[in-house]
Amino acid sequence: MMINSAIPPGLILIVGAMFLPSLVGNARKTAMLLIPVLTMYMIWAVPDGVQLTVPFLDYTLEPLEGDKLSRLFATIFTLMAFVGGIFALNQKSQIELISAYAYAGGAVGVAMAGDLVTVFIFWEFMAVASTLVIWSARTKESYGASMRYAIVHLFGGVILMIGVIGQVYHSGSVEFTAMRADSWWTWMLLAGFLINAGAPPFSSWLPDAYPSASWSGSVFLSAFTTKTAVYVLIRSFPGEQVLIYVGLYMVFYGIIYALLENDMRRILAYSIINQVGFMVTGIGIGTELALNGASAHAFAHIIYKALLLMSAGAVMYEINKRKCTDLGGLYKAMPLTMVCGTIGALAISGFPLTSGFTTKTMIASAAAVEHIDYAWFLLEAASAGVFLHAGIKFPWFVFFQRAPGYVEREFGAKPKDPPFNMKLAMVIFAALCIGLGLYPEPLYALLPYSVDFEPYKPAKVVHMLELLLFSGFAFFVLLKMMKRTLTITLDFDWFYRKFFNLLHEEFVIKHGGAAFNAFKSACVHRVNHLIKYVFKHHGPQGVLARTWPTGSMVLWVAILLGLYLIVYYI
Amino acid sequence: MSDNKDIHWLCRPATIKKLWVIGIAILVITVALEFTIHPHAYFGVDGWFGFNAWFGFLSCAAMVLFAKFLGIFLKREDTYYDDK
Repeated sequence: MMINSAIPPGLILIVGAMFLPSLVGNARKTAMLLIPVLTMYMIWAVPDGVQLTVPFLDYTLEPLEGDKLSRLFATIFTLMAFVGGIFALNQKSQIELISAYAYAGGAVGVAMAGDLVTVFIFWEFMAVASTLVIWSARTKESYGASMRYAIVHLFGGVILMIGVIGQVYHSGSVEFTAMRADSWWTWMLLAGFLINAGAPPFSSWLPDAYPSASWSGSVFLSAFTTKTAVYVLIRSFPGEQVLIYVGLYMVFYGIIYALLENDMRRILAYSIINQVGFMVTGIGIGTELALNGASAHAFAHIIYKALLLMSAGAVMYEINKRKCTDLGGLYKAMPLTMVCGTIGALAISGFPLTSGFTTKTMIASAAAVEHIDYAWFLLEAASAGVFLHAGIKFPWFVFFQRAPGYVEREFGAKPKDPPFNMKLAMVIFAALCIGLGLYPEPLYALLPYSVDFEPYKPAKVVHMLELLLFSGFAFFVLLKMMKRTLTITLDFDWFYRKFFNLLHEEFVIKHGGAAFNAFKSACVHRVNHLIKYVFKHHGPQGVLARTWPTGSMVLWVAILLGLYLIVYYI
Repeated sequence: MSDNKDIHWLCRPATIKKLWVIGIAILVITVALEFTIHPHAYFGVDGWFGFNAWFGFLSCAAMVLFAKFLGIFLKREDTYYDDK
C-alpha cells in the first residue's frame, strides 16, 4: 500500500466540521474561518497527477488526483465554504454548520477524486450532509422537504451505483474518465449525475428543498450539489449531444417556473436550474471553448447565486418573510442588502462589467462558432429570460414594488441591514462579481483549457445591452401580467406528494369496518398462539432449552454410529 | 406638490414618469449604438439591424405569455400541500 503524505483536502473540511461542536464562542468562529483556509492551502499544494493510491478489492483507488479542472472546482467550493461561513457565523444551529462544512468537504472530495468509487462515496456523503442542512431549519416544512430530498437523492445514488458497477465490471477499471453514453451502464451513470444537476424529470427536488432551509442553509445548498454534478459531467461526458437538449430544457424550465413563483427563495432556486442548464448545454457542445465556458460559469455562478441567496437570507433573518406578496419597499430600510442583491441580479443576468458577462457568454459563443443554430437562438432568448425572472423580478418584488414602510406597517417589523459579518460576506461576493467582470484574466488562467476569448468586443457589449435592456423593458410593459398571487405551481413532485397518496387511499383497506376488525382479531389471535407454542418448546422451561448430560450425547452418537454400520452392511 | 411631501421621492408619479422617459431614451441610445459597430453575424438573421433588441423583447413577451398560459393549468393555492 502506497500512501504519500498527501491528504485529500476534502477530508480537512469534513474532519474539521466534526470538531466544531467541541468549540464555543470565538474559538468556534475562528475555527470556522481557519478550516477553509487550510483546505484551500492543501488544494493548491496538490500537484498534477495521482497523489494517493489505496488498494480496494482487486482495484486501485485514487482518492486524490490533481489537475486544473479539479483545482478550479475545489477552489470555488472552498471559497464558498469560507464566505458562507462568515455569513453563517451567527447561525445558532450547530447541526447546520457542521453539516454545511462536511457537505462542502464532500464536494471538494468529489472534485479531487480520481476514481469512480471515491466519487460515489463523497457523492453519497454530500447527500446525507445536505439533507441535514435542510432538516436543521427545524420546521415542519423543512422536515418534510428534507425527507423528500433524501429519497430523491438516495434513489439517484442507487442509479449511480448501478452505473458504477456496470462501468467497473465492463471496463475492468475504476478510473473516472471521459466516456460516451453508449451502453446501459454509462446511461445509468449519466442519469445519476443528471438527477443531482436538477435535470428533468426530477428537477422539482431543488425548488422543493432549498427554500425550506434556514436563512443561511440555503446559501450553502445553492453551491455544492448541482455544481459537483456539473463538474462530474465535464469530466465524464464532454460533448455528449443529449446534454444540449437536457440543458436547453432546464434553461427554460427554470425561467417559466420562476416567472410563476411567489416565494423569493424559490424564484432563486428555479434560477439555479436555469443557470445549470446553461452549463449542461455547454458540456453538451463539448468544444474547449464550451467546456471552459461551463467551468467559468459554474465558478461565477456559485458566487452570484450565493450572493442573491445571502440578500434573500438577510431579508429572512430580519423579518422572516419569503413571499413576494408580503415583501416590497425594503430598499430604504436595507440599502446595503438591496445594493448587493442587485449586483448579484445583474451578474446572473450577464450584464457587462459583471462576472456573468465574462463567463456565460463563452457558452453562447461556442454555440455560434460551432453553428449550432437552435442552441444559439435558444440561449440568447434564455439570456433575456434570466434578466426577466431573476435580474429584475427578484430585486423588484423584494426591495421595490411598494413604497417604503410596507412591511413595517403590515407586520410591525423593523427591518435593517443585517449584522456586520453578514454584510461583510455579501460585500466580499459582490466585489468578486464586479471584480471578475472587470478583470476576468485570473479566472481564465484557472480554466481547464487555454483561453482565447475576448468578452469586451464593442459588438458583443452593445448586443448584450440591447438584449437585456429590452427584456427589462418587456418586464415593465408586462408588469400587470407579472402581478404576484398567493399560489404555487404544480411540478413533478406532485406525483410523490399528492398522486401516490390519493392512489394509496383508494386501495388501502378502510379501518373500522366490522369485517376488517374480525380479520384483525383473527390475525392477532393466530400470532399470539404461535408465540405461545414457540415459547412452550424453546422458552426457559421448554423441552428443547434443557441442559443435557454429556453421557446422553455420547450414547446417542454411539447409537447413530451403530445404525450407520448396520446400514453400511445392508 | 405639497401633498407629495410625505411620499418617498422615488414613488412620486412625477419621478416615475421621468424614469420612464430616461429608460426609453437609454433604449433608443443602445439601438443607435449599432451604427458604430461592425457585428459578425453567424446565422444571417442575427446581423439584422436591432436584432437583439426585438429578439430580446419578443422572447420575453413569449415567455411571460407561455408562463401565464401554463399557470392556468398548474397554479394552485399556496396551502395546497399543507393539509397532509
